[in-house]
Amino acid sequence: MPEAGKPWASIVGVGATPYYRRGESYPLTQYQLAGRAILAACEDAGISVKEIDGFAYYSMAGAGYGGGLDTNIIMEMLGIPEIGFSATLTSGGNGSAGSIGLASAAINHGDAKYVVTLMVLQQPPQARLGNAFGRMEANPALAFLQPSGLHGPGYLMSVLARRHMYKYGTKREHFAEIAMSQRLNAMNRPEAIMRQPMSLEDYFNAPMVSDPLCRFDFCLETEGAIAVITTSAERAKDHPHKPVYLYGAHSGGHKDWGRAFTAMQMSEDQFATAGNQIIAKRLYERSGLGPQDIDVALLYDHFTPMVLMQLEDYGFCKVGESGPFVESGAIRYDGGSIPVNTHGGQLSECYIIGMTHIREAVEQLRGVATNQVAGAERVLVTGGPSSLPVSGIILGS
Amino acid sequence: MSNKIAQRVPGDQIHIVVDSVSQPFFDAGKEGRLEIQQCSHCSTYRFPPAPFCGECQSEGVHWVELSGRARIYTFAVAHRSPFRGTVPDFTYVPVVLELVEAPHCRVSSNIVDIDPDEVKIGMEVEIFWGDITDGWKVPLCRAVKSE
Repeated sequence: MPEAGKPWASIVGVGATPYYRRGESYPLTQYQLAGRAILAACEDAGISVKEIDGFAYYSMAGAGYGGGLDTNIIMEMLGIPEIGFSATLTSGGNGSAGSIGLASAAINHGDAKYVVTLMVLQQPPQARLGNAFGRMEANPALAFLQPSGLHGPGYLMSVLARRHMYKYGTKREHFAEIAMSQRLNAMNRPEAIMRQPMSLEDYFNAPMVSDPLCRFDFCLETEGAIAVITTSAERAKDHPHKPVYLYGAHSGGHKDWGRAFTAMQMSEDQFATAGNQIIAKRLYERSGLGPQDIDVALLYDHFTPMVLMQLEDYGFCKVGESGPFVESGAIRYDGGSIPVNTHGGQLSECYIIGMTHIREAVEQLRGVATNQVAGAERVLVTGGPSSLPVSGIILGS
Repeated sequence: MSNKIAQRVPGDQIHIVVDSVSQPFFDAGKEGRLEIQQCSHCSTYRFPPAPFCGECQSEGVHWVELSGRARIYTFAVAHRSPFRGTVPDFTYVPVVLELVEAPHCRVSSNIVDIDPDEVKIGMEVEIFWGDITDGWKVPLCRAVKSE
């Protein structure tokens, strides 16, 4: 096991396609998007694509929830001669951050040298994520969920948000602060899909989707691909950019969170959380770091309340106090004590199931981010709070 | 007041599949009874139905009839049809219920016959069963009228 404080691996390349609104990446196929992202990541890393010898996926190697990524097809398409690793974390977007830990495991076990982590998202009408649970083929587990009309992730999450409001007095204004602060961060970012200002009035005028969540509490429906190349910590210096090291990764979680909002059986102390408390504990133990060491927090923001709950889970504020914490301006890029989602996140920049956060972490640590946090040395990136394994990583310079 | 009464999700749009573990729950529902599993070894209630007890790992099980009384643990209010293009928009209130006899067992349902503005966490409800496709029924609920 890597020693606390010593880097486990390094990220040496990130590549992305342009970001598209829903439907606008057509007629590109998911493999074209994948290929472009991988080649761009190789160029960024200063390696030939033929040096890639491993794949570490998440979300069951899915491309969104409508397609799958097949390592064989990618190898054939790009002429990758040989691999020593091809594996995925289970479940869904929960593993976006953790997939870098999976890559690190392959590298440190000697299975592979340059490991690609990849996500491609296209959302044709038959594969829109918003109705993911409504569209799934009936199965015995869904019989206990779907009939109530909790048919999409936002509906499922809205009942957790309601419980947080009930227990702690959290208000819609607190959700609005997540949406507005991230919009501010997106406004000057050229890649961002949503760059127009959002006022509190705009937020409250948005249509309610699943009360207490309105349209601006939901992440964007966008398309694109991002690939990341992970290699050993020793090799980091052999590449063109300032090294970005992995200082800790943890994927997993506790039975009391378990299937989370896909079953609603979480324990009382877990229900109104992001299920990441134990991830934070292990990640901090394994890295020898704590919330006070984190300079930028890139928290998976599929829905605004889950950002609040992750601020609690990762110890940036006390349990139940995330509402007043964000209301104080604490997560703002301009003057906040812990800037959150400095790229605009999935709510305002682009949603590619967590990968945009890894890209932003790399930019922050190379010192080239659009909203650069001065002297950023340690960045937390989390995977989607959903069913296990949930995940988090700490990247650093 | 929202001037709207919470509807149920239309039963003719709901399709479920059951397996041998979950079927007794829905078989009892067809007859209007709420039955859940109780471990025959350590008496822990379990829901949704599962082949092993998560506490003692026993496969032994009794199906026990409960009162159908429950409390609202949390809820959402939705105004858009989950079946857009097939069913026009309507107002419905997905609720997550805690069963009075087994509070750690949470049942997802719809509360009906109520103004959504009057739905509150902690409210007492009574489960009843509503038709869906293929002759099955699912649990719905109504507020218990205070005496």
